[in-house]
This record gives sequence, C-alpha cells and structure tokens, in this order.
Amino acid sequence: MMRQTIRFLRRGQVVELSSIAPTRTLLDYLRLEEKSKGTKEGCNEGDCGACTVALGSLENDRVVYEPVNACILLLGQIDGKELVTVDDLAVGGKLHPVQKAFVDNHASQCGFCTPGFVMSLFTLYHAGKKPTRQEIVDHIAGNLCRCTGYRPIVDAAVKSCTGKPADAWIAAAKATAVQLAALNDAADVFVGDTSTFFAAPYHEEALTRLYADHPDATIVAGATDVGLWVTKQLRTLPKIIHIGRTKGLDKISDEGPQISIGATATYSSAEAFLGSIDPDIGEVIRRIGAKQVRASGTVGGNIANGSPIGDSPPMLIALGATLLLRHGGNERQLPLEDFFVAYGKQDRAPGELVWRIDVPKLKANEAFRAFKLTKRFDQDISAVMGAFKFTLDGRAILSARIAFGGMAATPKRALKTEAALHGISLDEPQNWERAILAMAEDYQPIGDMRASAEYRLVAARALLRKALMEVASGNSAATRVAGLRGEAA
Amino acid sequence: MNVRTRILETETVGLALAHDSAALHVQGSAVYIDDMREPEGTLHVEPGYAPKDVRGKITSLELDVVRAVPGVVAVLTVKDIPGVNDCSPGPGDDPIFAEGLIEFHGQVIFAVVAETREIARRAARLAKIEVAAMTPAVTVEDALAMATRDVVPEYAFTHGDVGKMLKAAPHVISESFHVGGQEHFYIEGQIALAVPEEKGGMTVYSSTQHPTEVQHCIARMLKVPDAMVTCECRRMGGGFGGKESQAAQWAALAALAAHVTGRPAKCRLDRDQDMIMTGKRHDLRIDYKVGYDDTARLIAVDVNFLARCGYSTDLSPSVCDRTMFHADNAYFYPAYHIKSRRLRTNTVSNTAFRGFGGPQGMMFAERMMDAIAIETGLDPLDVRKRNLYGRGRDVTPYRQKVEDNIALEIIEALEKSSNYRARRKKIAAFNKQNAVLKKGIALTPVKFGISFTLTHLNQAGALVHVYTDGSVHLNHGGTEMGQGLYIKVAQVVAEVFGLSADRVRITATTTGKVPNTSATAASSGSDLNGMAAKNAATAIKVRMTDFAAKEWKIAKSRIRFEKGQVLIGNQRISFGELAKKVHAGRVSLSSTGFYSTPKITWDRPNGRGHPFFYFAYGASCSEVTIDTMTGEMRVDRVDILHDVGRSLNPAIDVGQIEGGFVQGMGWLTTEELVFDEKGHLRTHAPSTYKIPCASDVPADFRVKLYESGGNPADSIYRSKAVGEPPLMLPISVWCAIADAVGSLKPGVMPKLAAPATPEAILRAVKGMQA
Repeated sequence: MMRQTIRFLRRGQVVELSSIAPTRTLLDYLRLEEKSKGTKEGCNEGDCGACTVALGSLENDRVVYEPVNACILLLGQIDGKELVTVDDLAVGGKLHPVQKAFVDNHASQCGFCTPGFVMSLFTLYHAGKKPTRQEIVDHIAGNLCRCTGYRPIVDAAVKSCTGKPADAWIAAAKATAVQLAALNDAADVFVGDTSTFFAAPYHEEALTRLYADHPDATIVAGATDVGLWVTKQLRTLPKIIHIGRTKGLDKISDEGPQISIGATATYSSAEAFLGSIDPDIGEVIRRIGAKQVRASGTVGGNIANGSPIGDSPPMLIALGATLLLRHGGNERQLPLEDFFVAYGKQDRAPGELVWRIDVPKLKANEAFRAFKLTKRFDQDISAVMGAFKFTLDGRAILSARIAFGGMAATPKRALKTEAALHGISLDEPQNWERAILAMAEDYQPIGDMRASAEYRLVAARALLRKALMEVASGNSAATRVAGLRGEAA
Repeated sequence: MNVRTRILETETVGLALAHDSAALHVQGSAVYIDDMREPEGTLHVEPGYAPKDVRGKITSLELDVVRAVPGVVAVLTVKDIPGVNDCSPGPGDDPIFAEGLIEFHGQVIFAVVAETREIARRAARLAKIEVAAMTPAVTVEDALAMATRDVVPEYAFTHGDVGKMLKAAPHVISESFHVGGQEHFYIEGQIALAVPEEKGGMTVYSSTQHPTEVQHCIARMLKVPDAMVTCECRRMGGGFGGKESQAAQWAALAALAAHVTGRPAKCRLDRDQDMIMTGKRHDLRIDYKVGYDDTARLIAVDVNFLARCGYSTDLSPSVCDRTMFHADNAYFYPAYHIKSRRLRTNTVSNTAFRGFGGPQGMMFAERMMDAIAIETGLDPLDVRKRNLYGRGRDVTPYRQKVEDNIALEIIEALEKSSNYRARRKKIAAFNKQNAVLKKGIALTPVKFGISFTLTHLNQAGALVHVYTDGSVHLNHGGTEMGQGLYIKVAQVVAEVFGLSADRVRITATTTGKVPNTSATAASSGSDLNGMAAKNAATAIKVRMTDFAAKEWKIAKSRIRFEKGQVLIGNQRISFGELAKKVHAGRVSLSSTGFYSTPKITWDRPNGRGHPFFYFAYGASCSEVTIDTMTGEMRVDRVDILHDVGRSLNPAIDVGQIEGGFVQGMGWLTTEELVFDEKGHLRTHAPSTYKIPCASDVPADFRVKLYESGGNPADSIYRSKAVGEPPLMLPISVWCAIADAVGSLKPGVMPKLAAPATPEAILRAVKGMQA
C-alpha cells in the first residue's frame, strides 16, 4: 500500500498534505505556511531550542510527548504524530500550568527563548513523574536563555511539573490515541515524483528497493545532521528517504550477551539500554546533544554520517560492536571500527544502508570508562571523546580496547597504546607511562575551534591515566567534577 | 533569592510585578519583528559577502548571475545609495556596502532583494567576488607588529611620578594577560522591516536599542530629512549592547531595498551571519606593573589596556574609556598611569556589550589583587579590603570623589553570610587531601559608575496621555530588550497618578513620539526614562490638581491621587471622572517630559570631572572545583549581595542580577571566540560558541538585594541602575578558578587567561607543574 500524502494531527484535526518540498522544515511550515508565529527561530541549527515543539506519538497505546527542534526537522518526519506548539497551550484564554508558572516565577525577560522552554517543559509536564532538579536541568539543556540565568525557569519547572498532569491533552488523551492509531497505517509514504520526492517507506522491502532504485537519495533518520545541510549549507536534496517509519528498523533487543540497536532507534530510546552496560555510557549519551536532539537523532545516524567527533562510535568501538549493513536483500557484518575508512569516507556502497549495531555487554572481568571533554558540559560537541575497555585477570590487564573521537579524521582505535597495556598491573602506576606515551603514536590530532592539537593529546593521555586510576581504585569521586559513577563510598 | 514587597510610602513603585509582556511571552504571542504580519508584497533582503576573503581590494564583482535568479527583484550595491554610505554611530567609517576594499571577513559588499528569503539566501551565494588579498592584522599582537593605525589615539589617566614610585616600591609585580571577547548571542537575531511611505518617507521597524540612530542613518543614506523617517521598536529578543550601533546596517539595507523597489522589505540575519558580521565585546591584552608596600597596600599602578577594536571606530573610544574608568574597580590608587590603546585589526568592529569595557578594567584590578595576595601570602580578601576606597583615600583616577562608598559594608556582609573564612579553611583541607581535584574560592566586589561618559547622552524624553476614561498611554525613548524597562517606567507613571500599573498602556518606542533619544544603554534606561516619564505625568497631575482646586474651591494640598481615585478634601472621585471633568474644562491631558542628569561633568582632555551620577555596588563569592588532569571546572556555589538602592521592582532587579551574573560567567568560562590565523571567526554558531546552559548554574545560587536606605543620589525613587553592574560579579568565578590552580604551588601566580576554558585551565595547571 502506498500513500501519497503526509498526515499528522494538529489541534484535534488531521492535516493531510499532498504536496511538500522534500526538505521543507517543520519550522518554516509553521511560520511561513501555517502562519503560526509563536515558535521562534534562534539559530536554525538545532542548538538553541527556541523552535522547540512537542510531538505526540503512540507508545504502548499511550500518547507520549517528546520535544524536538522544529528548525532542523523535516516536515515529512512528523507523519503520524500529533504536533503541539506554543500557540496551542492556553485554552480558552487560560494559561497552561507551565505557562502560569513561568509568569509567576518571572521566568521570561526578553521572551524570545520562552516559547521553546515552555514546550520543553510541556513535555516534562507530561512525563508522568515529578522530576528532580537534575532531571529538570537535563530536560532544558537544549534550550538556551541569554537573559535570566535559568534559576527562575528551573523554579517554574519545579512548580508546574508535579508528576500529576491535568490539562486539555490529558483530557483528550484517549481520543488522541485513537486518532494517532488511525494515522499510523502500514502504507509506504511517497510524496512527489521520481525526480523529487519525500519518501517514508513502511516495509523493509519497500525501503531497500527504493534505495536501490535511487542510490542518489539522501537517507534521513533523525535529520539532526542532514537538517543543517538544508538550513546552513542550502544544499538541494531532491530525494529524501526517511527511514524513521520503517517497521522494525527501530527495534532494540537486549538478549543474552549483547544489545542490538536498530538503525533508527533514537538516542532517547537507546539511552537506557546502552546505559545499562556501564554508567559512563549513560552519562555520555545524556550529554549528546540535548533532549530535542536525542528525541530525533539516532545511534545509527551518528555512525552512518561518519563524523570524526561522533560520541557513540568511540564507545561502541571500545565495546567491540559490529555493524550490520544491508543492500537490497544482501547483508554483511563488519567490526564498527572498519566502517570508518577516512575523513568523510565510510565503507558503505551506494544503495547500502546501516541496518543494525550489535553491542556486546561487559563480561565480569571487563571494566569500562568513557569521558567526554567539552567547553560546556551539556549539549556540546566533544573536543576529545575517549572510551576504554580493560579485560582483567585480577589486577592485571589482559587486554585493552581503546577508541577516541576528536583525535583523528575518524573515530579510531589506539592500537599501539592497547598493546602497551598488555600485562600491566593496575597496582603499578609507574608502569602505565609507556602506554600513556604510546598515545602519541596512535594519534596526531589537529587543532581547531574546540581545542588545540596539544590539548587534545595531553587530555587524551590524561583520560587514559584517569581510566586506569579509577579502575584501580574503583572510585570516581576523587577524579571527576561531573558524571560521578555513583560507586559506594 | 530575596524578592519581598517592602512597605514603602509608594503604592506601585517597589512592587514585584511581572514583566509587562510575561503572559504574551509564554504564549508565543508577544510580537517580534519577524512575527509581524507582513505587508502585502514584502521582499526579503540578504546581505552578500566574500565567503573566504578577509582583507583586500575587490578586483571583480560579478552579480549578473545573482540578478538572473528567478524571484530576485534587485541586487543592491553602493551605487544604489542616494546619500551617504555609512552606518556608523558617528565616526563615519562603517560603510553599509564595502567600496573597493574589504577590511574584515564578513563585510557586506552587496545585498540581494528577492520575493522570498530562501531565494535571496541562495542567490547571494552565487556572486563571484575576487579579492586581491592583503595580510590581515587579526590579533592585538598582529596590530602591534604591523603597526596598524589605531582607530583613535591612545588615552591615559596619569597622577604622580609612577615610574619613580615603582622603582622605589618595596614590592613590584609585573605581568601580562589576555581577556577574551564575547558574542552577545541575543536569541532574536538582527532584523528590520522597512515600509515605504508617501513622498519618499520610510517607516522602519527595527530590533534596535537606538531607534534615533537608525532613523538618522537611514535619512542620511536616503538623503531625506530626518523627519521623513520613523523608526519603531516594541521589543527586542535580547540586546545586551549588540543592538546599540549594530542594528543600523540591517535596517539600512531593508530601507534601501524598500526605497529602490517601492515595496516593503525585511532583512533578517541568519545566526551564523549575525555572529560573523556584527561586533562583539572587546578582547584585550593587559600589561601591568604594580608597586605595593609591606601591608599589601598599593603605591603605584601602571597599566596598559591593548584593545582589539576591529576594522573601524564604532563605539571603541567610549568602550575603551570605560575600561579605564573601571581599572580601579573599588580600590584606591595613590598614583597611576592608566593607558589604553585602541588597536585597529582586520576583524569585525568590536562594539558595546553590557558593561561596555568596564568588565575588562575590573578584571585587571581583581587579577592584580590576587597577584599581590599570592606574593604576600595574605588572603586575597584581606588584600582587597586593605585597598578599598576609604576616608582620605577617596579620589578616583578621573578625579571624581567617591562619596557613596558602601563596598566595605557589602563585602563584610557577604563575607559573613557566605561563611567565607570557614569555607576557605575547608577548601585548604580538601586540597591537601585531593591530588586530582582542587577547589578555589574568591570574593570580589563591583563598583560601577552610572551615567554615559559622553555627558550629553544623559537625557531622555517621554510622552504621557491621559484619556477621558482615566486610562493612560505611556511612551518614552527607552527600548525594551527584556530588562523590564517598560514595566518599571509604567510603575513610575502609575505611582504619580495613584493608579495600578495595569491602567498604564505601554506603547512601542518610536522616533515619531519621542525624538532625539539616546541609546538604551549604560544601565541608564530606568534612571533617565523613568525620570522623564515622571516629569510628564507630574505635569499632567499638576494641571489636574490645579483644575480640581479651582473647581472644588479647595487648597491644592488637600488633593491626593491614590488607589485609582482622587481625594479632594473629603470627597472621593475616580481618576477617570476627574480626567473627564478636566477635559471638559478645556485643559490638556497630554504632556511631554524631559530629564537631564544633574551634577555630572567630564573634562576629557584633562582627565577630570564628575562623570558619574553615582556608583552601583555589589559583591559575590564563588566556589569552584577544577580537574587538574583535564582542566574541566564546576561552579559549586555562588553567593551574591547586590545594591539596587530602593528597588523599583525587586523581581525585575533580581532577574537582572542573576541573568547578568550568568552572562558574565559565560564570558569568563565557556564562551570562547576563536579566530583562525587568517581572520575567520571559527565560532559563529551555538554549536561552537557555548553560552551557559541551565546545568552551568550552580544549584546553590544565593542572591540577595542589599538592604539599602535608598540611593544617596536623587535618582528615580532612589533606585539604582542594575543592567550592567551584575555582569561583573562573576569575576569571582574566574578568581576562584585561579585560586584553585594556585593551590598547586603557593606563591606562584597561575597564568590563567580568560575565558577559563578547560584548555586554558589545563595550560595554567601545567604552568604550575613545570
């Protein structure tokens, strides 16, 4: 079955569009076509959150709201969702509890970021539990405010997000669930013609066939990267294949010794699974983008785009993850590190798709650490991202797998350093030095606006030393200013 | 936080009222310029520049390919300007379009006018521009090495034979350090909408802190009298100084497009362009030498501020002067040579930014205090206290006597409430026990001079109407950028009439109602416009009182305006009823009001006078933890005590203090402007330029207003200006970081640069370990 429209739920009504520009962003749709001016453009690259809107979708028959950046989301991606914007929140002239708390706590000054904050907190309001202060600041890490200093905004969240939502969306939840269920059909969406289209196949075969027919198409999962090609580079991308609707492709399975992540599983959905392997993984993922980016962005996309500074590849490489690629009906599997060939070049043939990532869990004798170094803790791209897995025999290191981002043109293993760690004792720090020095043989980083080459190398060495210190001591409290592992004191 | 409604003799002034637009902000219904319903046929303007070039002669400019794009209506260059090609705030050296030469990366060369913004953006990138490259001066060091011509001559405050005194001083410290610049990062970028009017007139809606300057710029450019151009601004989505002079160019481009095409035209910058094309806070190298006695008291100070001004003058003369005016912060300098060089570089012209050069001056003073503490082994707080202004030590380097000094009271109150001494001991113990993590603490004061140092700017106008139903229309020359100026001034007017603030209708700032205004800047918005509005309202109130006295045959002293009513002897009528009667009596219910700050003088050639009406004071205490392996840093706790005199609106004031603190903390920690060696700004988006986010603000953040008896100066209801001073409170964060690094090797001053990014901190740490 094929559908030549995209459909979404808006203010209780189904909106059906039969003609859309493939790269039309949701924000431009709202401001230029729907003429809803409440949602603001702050940066046009998904980094300030002024354009935050809420998307409602069905999860186990319940409507769940997630915040997304409308500026870099393609309009077609909201197919099958409910779209809620700041313009909708006050019902019958009465402010929403989140809005009222904002006013009562003096949480707006210039007001330009406010709609985005209100929508982020709208989703927190609906999250179903009373958040801690830490959960609140996490939730708004993707919303920048230049005026208030955030304190009153956090107060507004504390006051309004009580874990007991009671608003028009709760009242309409049942009806909304029915409408969303009806929208989520098993149709392969294709809007446009063979030269210019937005497609969102439902069936695996439809996806692989379409991509085989159009290897020049741009694959979009979350669009948190491709969105910027559109808004900043003004690239013309006539053929968009959105894989976020493809059935089963977002599947995450946790069976036996490994966790498998489907290509379109978002960071939001993968966070808990990967975080269960080691708390550092959860902490690093918490710091990848912010809520909005993690609600759209996918682990698969972070691999497929081949960024030298992606945060998940170093961790997954250190864990020994493998990548499953699919081309038409053919599959092949390779160690993740082999996928990254050179800067901007991955081992992916035309028409071939990143399909699944298999991540081995840690064994009893394995210790893991990951560190993300940035200028700002939250929502910042890493200057250096290091991940370490040590296989131990008592206090001796049998083997190590170490991978870094930001240190080379691709996420890359530190093979010389790994070799130098072989047989080293955790109790003899003087013997760590050879391995720490060996990092210079593995990496010759460059300097850029995030950090100088010197800092990168010095910091990478420090991270190895830190990882060894922490594994040796079993304690992180004495070696970290953030992201403590919560070991028993 | 301490927002409490004090019992005042005022009814409305002093209430913690919400921002006048708060309910609109939260619904997304507050209208910013891009949200205005576009007039039919509105065109979109995109500025064009050479994507790679920084400095050089334009040898070829190929725009036909741009013109040929369907939907492009016009491509504008300097040839289209009928009048003067300048958008500077006065000096005349900021061309709207580069003519023959580009002098920084991002300089506008042409502009595309098209049916849609997308067409304009795409078309602008098709231009073929060739530039014969010349070597750019990017940094302060480049400017010195290449001996570029300073944008304005150097200037100095001098007193005493500093050279001789330094030679004779028992202790001397000499060092040099860098303080970085800062991007404003207002969340609403630069924007203007121009609508052509009959007879060549132009109405311009501009997101500007300075509507009058936008009006003048456009009139000059179009070669029409000022009276033909009206500039209006209801609100900005943030300004912070970045829309003082920097808003004019985009308004000019919109107006030129409207003039050439006869259609409305809008110019809105994309974030990256905004960051590349508009000026920032000045970054500096500061070289200094200080002599002090055995008690750590200053003997003589010799400091040279080397400021990167960018390619043109802009506001650099005043900004750099204010650095000098605040080189003392709260400390007495018995002898000094305070010099400022205003260096020309091939970078975007640096401009006003909250604090306006003052923060850089204070960074020097606080760094010097820390350096003396490290050399002497004294607690830095004690060094600070010993050097504060005091009896007989109360003349500033610009020869103004400090008459309202409360720095010591504030410091001591905060020292106690923050438990500074006990925490310092605890921190020393922590540092002894921890090899990797180190803590630091600092308590620093702020003394900030209030008034424009260009004396003639200290004036304002207002316009108040009372309608016959008793509702009030308020207009004044100040602009609203989120700081709460409109509600504060409305509270003032409501107070005069004995009304509640919601009876006062606040209206958009426009040059058509209040002319010849100064920029809303220098923290002066409420002081100046509040007074002007008070004068306007009082003029009407006097007329109403006179009328009532005559009509009711009663002494004027027996007439009172309160709680929405007018008490005339024993009779009580509503304000509206009286207004109706006054109107029927053929008496005007409308008035302008004007205010000019008294007392202030400034003799710049001789470096002496009384440039500031008064000083605003505050202090903060910050505690941080650093990771000596990676340079990462966490702010653990912040205590602030700040003086706002008798607050007009404590909720708004606390908002300014907290917001200013966090913005200043960003400047000194995470916000790093990186130019590559060729002069391209590499941090031109929030992905690479990191302003603080919610998690950077410590959970333990204690902000209090100083219990003030009111401003000793006769300011509006004895309040004090609050826009800029709090920005300098977080110098304590930077000093605390230096303190933490310093713990690695007592007696050695850490070489810490600002901003203290992880890399800068690690570099300082490595310097201690070397």
